Parts: sequence; structure tokens; C-alpha cells
Amino acid sequence: MAETGTVAAHGSNEPGWQTLVTDWSADKQTFQVPWGKAMMWIFLLSDTFIFTCFLTGYMNVRVSTPVPWPNPSEVFALDVFGGSVPLLLIGIMTFDLITSSGTMALAVNYGYRRDRGRAAALMLITAAIGAIFVGMQAFEWTKLIVEEGIRPWGNPMGASQFGATFFMITGFHGLHVSAGVVYLTIVAMKVLRGDYEKRGYEIVEIVGLYWHFVDLVWVFIFAFFYLW
Amino acid sequence: MSEAIGQQHPLKIYFWIWGLLFALSAASYATDFLDHGYFRWALILTFMLMKAGFIVAIFMHMKWERVALIWAILGPPAVLLVLIGLMAVEGDYTESTRLDFFSDPIVPAGHAAEH
Repeated sequence: MAETGTVAAHGSNEPGWQTLVTDWSADKQTFQVPWGKAMMWIFLLSDTFIFTCFLTGYMNVRVSTPVPWPNPSEVFALDVFGGSVPLLLIGIMTFDLITSSGTMALAVNYGYRRDRGRAAALMLITAAIGAIFVGMQAFEWTKLIVEEGIRPWGNPMGASQFGATFFMITGFHGLHVSAGVVYLTIVAMKVLRGDYEKRGYEIVEIVGLYWHFVDLVWVFIFAFFYLW
Repeated sequence: MSEAIGQQHPLKIYFWIWGLLFALSAASYATDFLDHGYFRWALILTFMLMKAGFIVAIFMHMKWERVALIWAILGPPAVLLVLIGLMAVEGDYTESTRLDFFSDPIVPAGHAAEH
């Protein structure tokens, strides 16, 4: 019975400001989570600042140029079935990332159930869907560079800042997805091998945090760069 | 012994949120067919914030974390709103000076003397 009190401190949801005060002032470990998870959250916090700076820089140059901004709806349209569908590839990429977020969430759940076969399989599926995303992005970049003539210093459609901000923001995001695919694959192989049987499967949740964050950033890029 | 450690929740909630994120993404995509204007921008922001909220709260388990961690992570980005506000003002100012000093020299005769 007495045990439940101490166990409840770990990962439970006691509401209220009291817990904030006690956690920060109790002269002990502040975050009641594994250190790896706390560090991942702090890394993601710093990444939030980086991506926000990029998007804010993009907003600034877009607001400050008197030259009309190229219409993303037309720039990113694809010709299929004899007609032009706006933002088609970007829409597919969005659904692709959402799908991978779902498989990642399931992997975390199976990890904590100590079902390491399913957890590893779901992580590898997530990595594969992420790799498809990077592939589609490579296709998108190729089309923009080769066919549409968009460069970081200019383009035929309008404001020359379009290319600079586009390649910077989507490039940095694509780099995150690529790193995530590598990270997921490595951890999935280690999960499959049984490396975490003794230590526990928090690592799957930590990888999951990173992966969901990559999806989260895409939500903002999709809204501000492609739809705005 | 039951698992007391870590974020363990029923699978059902993940499938619900997954479906919801698909629906919100479809709604987001659909805004591209609207005319540019405040209505479209409001919808884009609403769907964006809802998607972000569900991802952070459920998929990243923030809903079930302790308040000390929640505020350590979600509090600091609030200062970014100051940066965004400053850069919006700065951008407007830069545009107005560009229009004043770098605009096309071919202007109607009546307006040429203004500057």
C-alpha cells in the first residue's frame, strides 16, 4: 500500500501547481522522468527555437519585399490525369508523415508492453515511411530546380527570397527526417536484438518524441509556407 | 507485477487521435481551395494549432506529464512570440522604406513630386 505513493510520483498526472513547486524546490531530481527523456525534451526545445527563427526569418522577408510572392498553390501543383492539382505532392507528404506518427505511437506502446518484435517492426515501418517522405522531397526539389528554375537567389515567378527560404526551411526539416530514419533504424535493430530487456523500453518513447517533433514541425511548415 | 513505469495508455486513444489528425490534415489541405483572406487564414491557423496540440498532448504524452516538465518545455517558446511580433513590425517598416526609395521610377507625373 505504501508503495503506491512512491510509484505514483513517476509518470503520473497529479494535477495542480503544488507539484510544480515541490518538483523544483525539493532539492532533488526535478523531472520525474528518465534522464534521456528529459534531455530529448530539452533538445527539442532548442530545435523549436531554431525552426521558429527560420520561419520568422521567412515571414520577415516575405512581409518586407514589395515584389509579389510566388503562389505556392501553383508552384507546387502537379499535373496528373490531364489536369493540374494544387499542392498534390505536399498533401501526400503530409499524410505520409501523419501515418508514420501513428505507427510510431503504436511502437512506443508495444515497447512498454515489452513486445519487442512488434515494437521493432513498427519502428522499421515508421523509418520506411520517413524514407519515402525524403524521397518525395528529393523529387519535389528536383522538379523545382530543374523544371521551374528556382534558385536560392532568384526564380522566374516572383520575389527572389522565395528560393532561399524554401530551400533553407524544407532542407533543414528534410535533414531532420533523414536523421530520424537513421536513428529509428539503429534503435529498432537494438530493440530487436534485446538490448533493452534489462534497461526497459523508455528509449522507444524517446525516439518517438523526436519523430513526433519532426511531424510537428511539418505541421507549421505546411501551414505557413505552403498554405499561406 | 504490473508495469508502473512509463507512458502506458490504451491503444484506442492513439487510433482516435490518428484518425483525427488525418481528418484535420484533409481539412487543412482543403483550405487551399478557398480564396485568400481572413477566413482562410483563420482556418489554416485553427487546423494547425489543433494538429500541433493533439500531437504534443497525446502522441508526445505531454497531457500525462507532471506540471514541472510541461512548463519547462512549453513555457520558454512563449518568448518567441516577442521575436515574431518584432520581426513583423520590422518587415512592414522595411517594405515601406523600399516602396519609398526603391520603387519603379516610372510613376504617374502627379505622384512624382511626393517624395
